Amino acid sequence: MSALSRVVRSGVARRRVQTVVIGLATTMAVTSSVLGGSLLVASTAPFDDAFAEQRGAHLSAVFDAGKATPEQLSVPVDGVTASAGPFPVTTITPSDNGPGRNGAGGQAPGGQAPLTVAGRTDPGGGPVDAVTLTEGEWADEPGELVVSADGPHAHSPTGSAVGRRITLTDGSTLTVVGLARSVSRTADGWVPPSWVTAPESYQVLYRFTAAESVDAGREAVVAAVPADAMTGSQSWLVLKKAADRSVAVFVPFLVAFGVLGLVMSLLVVGNVVAGAVGAGTRRIGILKALGSTPAQVVRAYMAQALIPAAVGTAIGAVAGNLLAIPVLAETEDVYGAVKLTVAPWVNVVVVVGALALVSVTAWVSALRAGRLRTVDAIAVGRTPRPGRGRWAARLTARLPVPRPVGLGLARPFARPARAAAMTAAVLFGATAVTFAVGLASSLNQIQIARDHDAADVTIGVSDPGPQPGSRPGGRPAAAPDPAAVSDVIAAQAGTRAHYRTSRTQVTVTGVAGTTAVVSFTGDATWDGYQLVSGRWFTQPGEAVAPTPFLAATGTEVGDTVTLDDGGKTVTVRIVGDVFEMSNDGMVVLTDAATLTAGNDAKGATHHIAVQPGTDVNTYIDSLNAALAPLGATARPGRSGQASDTIILINSLTATLTLMLVAVAAMGVLNAVVLDTRDRIRDLGVHKALGMTPRQTIAMVIASVVVIGVVGGAVGVPAGVALHGAVLPAMGESAGIGLPASAHAVHSLPELVLLGIGGLLIAIVGASLPATWAARTSTATALRTE
Amino acid sequence: MTTPVIELRDVSRGYDDGPPALSDVTLTVHAGEAVAVLGPSGSGKSTLLNLIAGLDRPDTGTVTVAGVRVDELGEAASARHRRARVGMVFQFFNLLDDLTVADNVVLPAQLAGMARGEAARRAADLLDQLGVARHARAYPGRLSGGERQRVAVARALMNRPALLLADEPTGALDTASGEDVSTLLTELNAEGQTLVVVTHDLALARSCTRRTIQLVDGRVAGDVSVEPTR
Repeated sequence: MSALSRVVRSGVARRRVQTVVIGLATTMAVTSSVLGGSLLVASTAPFDDAFAEQRGAHLSAVFDAGKATPEQLSVPVDGVTASAGPFPVTTITPSDNGPGRNGAGGQAPGGQAPLTVAGRTDPGGGPVDAVTLTEGEWADEPGELVVSADGPHAHSPTGSAVGRRITLTDGSTLTVVGLARSVSRTADGWVPPSWVTAPESYQVLYRFTAAESVDAGREAVVAAVPADAMTGSQSWLVLKKAADRSVAVFVPFLVAFGVLGLVMSLLVVGNVVAGAVGAGTRRIGILKALGSTPAQVVRAYMAQALIPAAVGTAIGAVAGNLLAIPVLAETEDVYGAVKLTVAPWVNVVVVVGALALVSVTAWVSALRAGRLRTVDAIAVGRTPRPGRGRWAARLTARLPVPRPVGLGLARPFARPARAAAMTAAVLFGATAVTFAVGLASSLNQIQIARDHDAADVTIGVSDPGPQPGSRPGGRPAAAPDPAAVSDVIAAQAGTRAHYRTSRTQVTVTGVAGTTAVVSFTGDATWDGYQLVSGRWFTQPGEAVAPTPFLAATGTEVGDTVTLDDGGKTVTVRIVGDVFEMSNDGMVVLTDAATLTAGNDAKGATHHIAVQPGTDVNTYIDSLNAALAPLGATARPGRSGQASDTIILINSLTATLTLMLVAVAAMGVLNAVVLDTRDRIRDLGVHKALGMTPRQTIAMVIASVVVIGVVGGAVGVPAGVALHGAVLPAMGESAGIGLPASAHAVHSLPELVLLGIGGLLIAIVGASLPATWAARTSTATALRTE
Repeated sequence: MTTPVIELRDVSRGYDDGPPALSDVTLTVHAGEAVAVLGPSGSGKSTLLNLIAGLDRPDTGTVTVAGVRVDELGEAASARHRRARVGMVFQFFNLLDDLTVADNVVLPAQLAGMARGEAARRAADLLDQLGVARHARAYPGRLSGGERQRVAVARALMNRPALLLADEPTGALDTASGEDVSTLLTELNAEGQTLVVVTHDLALARSCTRRTIQLVDGRVAGDVSVEPTR
């Protein structure tokens, strides 16, 4: 073994804490970088990737089985490069209690939303829509069912729906044997074709030569099949738009955390390595006195930093990949993607980048030490330059605090560069926590605003209107008389407030496709609807609409739009920008009297608030008894079911924040360890003069108080500012305006607590070295050179 | 005979696998005595001093200082005992460079919780008494070796300890400064301060102590009382 190797090995072994901190800091940095980088890469085009992999359908068309035969639907169509089908399609309605709410539209009667199922012999492999089986097996036998992994039927109360038996309204049963994902969202479920004995319709899936010209392709298909046979169709562009909107939410968030993590990693790794070299100055002097060249010294100290950094990088890369598995799996669900994996080049870039960063930092620090004159290196040792921070020592000696606390408070000023690095670490930690808490609060508020489900009790009636991903061909069930239901609710003891909504589809002048109109009967302002701007409608002819609708129509609050309801036009004035995510934001909320009568006949959803002190279950039992003759069923409100996107962002926020806080605390730990080591002789003197272990701990902890307070005081406003910049960017990326409640989430007491969080990070980081300092033998400390 | 300030009974202390630093040491120091512990390097002088100061614990035997079994004290109790009853002076002064002379001197009192004003007055008196009052606001780095050791003595006396331990107090000083410190210690002892000086400087032992304990290979090889040569 060469002399240099021996020096490196002994250095790594002797500086155990620094070795461990370098290793852990790089582990954390690499883990978060791999995780963040993978998500960032995965979020760039998950829909496009999945669509290409599954050979997604550019157009999913549904044809009336009574107007076209399979043979007629199999004719060649101009511009079609590939097609699949016709698949027999039918709608099934489970009779048992199901998952409840189904988007903003409410529940189906009987508690379970209908499923549109297609008969297919296999999941894919054909030219279009190769469905990916995510769990279980394909439905080969009659009575077996594969349900969409993205649908409400994919889960049972005990977890996966695989194995669950579903009883249909006609008394027959289906067993869920698998979950599958179609990026084209072609069906809610798949059954063997033989099970669909009397298809209501046929589904044909097309891929066109010109993928963007779906309208032209649709026209070609319509021309090729019998007249009026096509009853519905779905363009892949609609799905892509919705998916891109979902993905876009993540980008500003990931960029914010990515930048925070990168700066933090730079700071901590740089500080740790520089500290290790700085602390070894005397050792460097001795090495040079013994004949080591400056180049050898530089190599030795670079190696001492690179060995633990390499180990940390390897562990971090493995941890990042392992952590990415569940996170990417969640992301798959959110994106509807097929299989997301960590991009290999992300691993390469992160690993090489981390090692390069450590190398450069170590090289710069070691170069400084290598150039130091031998005699100076030995003389300087680990003693800080005299004179620094004396004013602080004088000042704190006069503070009305216990002397150990005063001694500790003065410490950062003796090592201003190290204190600044520590402060920066705490600052970034406090910024990350403040940002994360703000983001979580905002997302919670968005969830509340999105759900607007303050109602204690709901009665769902069918016809929620087309939801994202829903298929044409659904069959509405019979509905009870909404007005009669309202009368029963009003007469029910314990009712505090109630209103009902009904939905219909209209066209809006100048806007392609249909727009959902939600008609309100009764005051709904108590139910959590939140406005981005403007006010709630107060009379017929007024309406509120979300940002996507305003953007699509080119209108602003105060403008009017004309709704075409089956040939009858109604002009409404938009009086508010409401936060409403249903129907991709293409929705108008207005008074029921605004539109022509008849919507209620299609069904309504009732929302009820009970009086304070009323037992909701007792109320529901009593109400259901009264509603029984009408065929309606009341259920508890407040689903409290967070969206997958919000759950994922919250999980990521918590993970990344914990990592950043851990790195910040380690940065403090390392700096305090270095400081304690630098001052070990002084520590021995203090203890020899009678400083107790508790006083020693108080002194060391006090040495980070100023750092924690300053880091918190600057970090919290920085976190608030970051939140203020990222949240609107997230909303803007998603094309939605966010309600005021999502922006103003930081209260003063919360900010004070977050500021204390900065102090806590510093104290946690200093706790371990403080304990070590307290346990250090006085005699040993006094002997230490 | 006055009350014993230090009582060691059959004290042994070893480190790792080497020979014991101290072996079956028994000795007593009475209040007002001035004792020099002499011996070559590795004879166990520093170990003995550490045990008396409560900085280390014996493997066997008992150590009693000012009536307190210091070998039975925990870290905190040992620290409290030390700051109340033991003053320490070191070869290299061990003054804190970032504190002024006055702040260095007042530190033991502050650690003991003495009132600020009272501590300041006591420190001023001591600095005046030891002839370094003019340096009160200066930093130790600007003082000569002898002056630094005077400041260190002032700091050691701050809490009026029953026992003053000095570890090679002149070891880092030139001859003149060494004599100056020697004189100071003699004067302190004359005023009743119990003093234990660890040194290998026979001249210092003779000048400021009346009893000499010779340590060789961790054992007491001689314990002689003499009149100081002044």
